[in-house]
Amino acid sequence: MSINVIKSGLFATVQDLGRHGSQKYGVSVGGVMDTGAARAANLLVGNKESEAVIEMTLAGTELWLEKDTLIAVCGADITATAGGERLPLWRPVLVREGVTVTFGVCRSGCRTYVAVAGGLDVPDLLGSKSTYLRGAFGGFEGRALKTGDVLRVKNEGQLSDRIKQSLLAKGNGSFAAAGWHASHFAIAAHLSDPVIRVLTGSHYPLFTVESQQSLFSQTFQISVQSDRMGCRLEGSRKLKLSSPVELLSEAVAVGTVQVPPDGNPIVLLADRQTTGGYPRIANVASVDIPVFAQLKPGDRFRFEAITQQEAEQLLVESERDIQILKAAVSLKF
Amino acid sequence: MSDSHLNVQLSPLGDSAVMLRLGSTITEETHRRVMALIARLEARPFAGLLECVPSFAAIAVHYDPFLVKKSRIGTELQHTTIYDTVCSRIQSLLSMEQLSNGSRKSRTVEIPVCYGEELGPDLDFVAEHNGLAEEEVIAIHARGTYLVYMIGFAPGFPYLGGMSGRIAAPRLQTPRTIIPQGSVGIAGEQTGVYPIATPGGWQLIGRTPLQLFQPQASIPSLLSPGDSVRFKPISREQYELYREGV
Repeated sequence: MSINVIKSGLFATVQDLGRHGSQKYGVSVGGVMDTGAARAANLLVGNKESEAVIEMTLAGTELWLEKDTLIAVCGADITATAGGERLPLWRPVLVREGVTVTFGVCRSGCRTYVAVAGGLDVPDLLGSKSTYLRGAFGGFEGRALKTGDVLRVKNEGQLSDRIKQSLLAKGNGSFAAAGWHASHFAIAAHLSDPVIRVLTGSHYPLFTVESQQSLFSQTFQISVQSDRMGCRLEGSRKLKLSSPVELLSEAVAVGTVQVPPDGNPIVLLADRQTTGGYPRIANVASVDIPVFAQLKPGDRFRFEAITQQEAEQLLVESERDIQILKAAVSLKF
Repeated sequence: MSDSHLNVQLSPLGDSAVMLRLGSTITEETHRRVMALIARLEARPFAGLLECVPSFAAIAVHYDPFLVKKSRIGTELQHTTIYDTVCSRIQSLLSMEQLSNGSRKSRTVEIPVCYGEELGPDLDFVAEHNGLAEEEVIAIHARGTYLVYMIGFAPGFPYLGGMSGRIAAPRLQTPRTIIPQGSVGIAGEQTGVYPIATPGGWQLIGRTPLQLFQPQASIPSLLSPGDSVRFKPISREQYELYREGV
C-alpha cells in the first residue's frame, strides 16, 4: 500500500512523537508539534498513538491513495475534500482506492495531521521516524515531502481492519466516514486571543520588575520568523535583565521561553537545539505546547502564570482524555 | 564522594524536567562532578526517567510525569507534586554511598585534520592575528589535549576546553551561510569541529575527513562528554585517502 504525493503543498514532513534519548549527543527531539491531534489521529484509525503521520503546515497538499485506505485528519480547521466531496475531520474515514484527497485553506489553526491505518513505513533512526531537517535525516529521506514522492504504508492491525470493515458497509461514494468524532481535542476552535499558561523559569528573578510584569500584562504576537524550532514573539515592551549576566549554555526543554538581548522572547518548540545560553524567563506548561503548533504568524496571545501543581494536574487530565479516546475506539469496534 | 561534595541545586524546568546545577563556571572539577552524577543517574534510573542531558555545570533530567505518578510508593504518595517525587528520588541517589566510579573510562579520540589552504581558509588570518607563522598555529593547535565538556548546538558538536590563548581569534564579522561538514574552527578561545554543514561564524583552520555524526549508529556521536580529543595534522593526500575509506 502506498500514498502518492500529488502536490507537496507549502511544507509537509513525516513526524512521530519524537526522538528521545539522544539529546546528550546534540540531537533534537523533534516530532509532531500538536501531539494531541497526532495522537488522536492515530488512535482513530486503530494505530498505536506513536505511529508516524504526515504533518502539513497551512495549505496545498494533495494525496492520491492507491488502495482503499483508512485515514483520520486532525489538527487545524482545514477544508479537506476527497473526490471533490467535503471530507470530515477528527474521525475515521475510509477513502476509496484511486481517490485524491486535497487539503485547502485553514480557517483556523496552522498544522494538520494525516494518520493512515498501519502507519507510515519509513526507517527508524535513533528510535524515531521523525524528520529532522537541520540534520537532514529521519522521516522520508531526511527532508520535507516533494511532489511525486511515494510513501509506503505498513500493514494494518486487527483494530484498524475492524474499523475499515464497519465503514466498508457504508455505501459506495469516494469515502465513508464514521458518524462520530473526537473534535474535543481540536484546539483550533479556541485560538482567538488564547491564554498560554506558563511556569516562571529559573532566571525570572534576574529580569527587571517591569519586565516580570509585562511578561503577563502585555499581548504578544507570533513573528513571521517562527518555525518548528521555535516561535519568536513580539511585544510592545521588551523584556530586560536587571543587570547583565554571563550564563553558561545548558539544556533546554520544549516550551522553554528564552530571552535574547533584543528583549523579544522565543518559545522553543519541537526542533529546538538541545542547549541554549540565553536567560529563561518561563517555561510553557506542557498542556499548552500544542497551541503554538496552531498559532500563525500575526496571531496574538497572553501568558498567565500557574503553579507546578496546576501544570501537572492539567497534564494528567489531558492524558486521561487520550486514554478515554483509546478505550472508546477499541470498545466501539 | 559525599553528598556535600556534589552540592547540587534542583529547580524545575517546566513540568516534565528538573535542572540539577552544580556550579556557575567552566572548570574541569565541576565537569568531573557533572559526569560522576550523570553516571550515577544512568546506573540507577528511577521509574519515569527519560534522559539526562549534561552541560558545562548542570544536568537536565527529563522525566515522564505519568510514569512517575504511577510508580509512587510509600511516603511518595503524600507528595503534593510529581516534581517533589522526582526530587526525592534524585536526592536519595545523591545521598547514596559513592557508586563505582569506573562505569565509564575516559577515552582519548584522535581527530586527523588537514590544516590550511582551501580546507582551512582562515588559517592565515589566525596566524597573522597572533603574530605567528601558519605552521606555528598548526603546531600549537595539534599539541593540545582538549576536553569535551558537552555536546550541543548541533548534532555531535563538541564544546571543547583547553585551547591555548596564543591562537585565539575573533569570530567572523559576517557569518558564512554554509560551513562544510568536518570543518575545524576557532572562535575566541574555543576550538571545535562542525559535524554537519551549518551556517557559522568561526574562523576555519582545517577540516577532518572523520564523520563526527552518524545517525545510523546506535551511538550517533563520535565524541561524548568527558572524552579527551587530540588533533593530528595530515596532508591533503591523506585527507583524500581517508575520505575514500582507506
